Amino acid sequence: MHYITPRKAAEGLGSAHEGTQHHWAMTVSAVALTVLTPLFMIVVARAIGLSQEQLLAYFGRPFPALITALFVIVGMVHFIKGTRIMIDDYFQGGTRKAAIIFSVIFGWAVIAAAVYALARMGLGAIVVL
Amino acid sequence: MADVNRGNRPLSPHLQVYRLPLAAITSIMTRITGHALVAGIVLITWWLVAAVTSPGAFACADWVVRSWLGFIILTGSMWALWYHLLAGLRHLFYDAGYGLEIEQAHKSSQALIAGSVVLAVLTLIVFFVF
Repeated sequence: MHYITPRKAAEGLGSAHEGTQHHWAMTVSAVALTVLTPLFMIVVARAIGLSQEQLLAYFGRPFPALITALFVIVGMVHFIKGTRIMIDDYFQGGTRKAAIIFSVIFGWAVIAAAVYALARMGLGAIVVL
Repeated sequence: MADVNRGNRPLSPHLQVYRLPLAAITSIMTRITGHALVAGIVLITWWLVAAVTSPGAFACADWVVRSWLGFIILTGSMWALWYHLLAGLRHLFYDAGYGLEIEQAHKSSQALIAGSVVLAVLTLIVFFVF
């Protein structure tokens, strides 16, 4: 036991053989979101107060549409993985399973809804013009 | 597993009688802000979907977005975004092995609170002026 070096504790994927990927996925999405978050704030701030027609045209443009799509997709994937840790910490058994299932479905539902709305706005702009 | 440090592990504090240090408060606030941000993203997504649904649906969602409730949710979300972003940055430094001493964690906690409030106030000023 005294001959075990610190390398032993740091090598490999651990007994669960996962978690490293989860942590790395959170790191990557966190770095992406440090850039996307301020940009998304600007996009939303400029959109508030517009009329419905102006809003459709605004999100039909590439920059607001792409930033919003990226923020919602990366943000909700980050959310799903983040709530997973919270659920694992505070819930057990069937409640844990139900909470994980709800979190994943909810996250993807938000992504689908936002992407659908953005697609309608973008395609509408092309059809009208 | 015959691993290191058996029987000499730190004990968990008893949360009901233990006054959390600032670093612990800012740590749990990261999780709370992250989860509370659901309210903001749901409101924005509802607003976007309503805009492509019908004028009536948009009028309803837009009214909520512009109401005092919408203002509280969006302003709160904006602060929570800044807080969570700064806390996430601190986590990246933690992961790289920096700032882990108690004194450093206390200072970064103070910076986290002050920084998020300053950024939120600046964002509000920029929003209302421009």
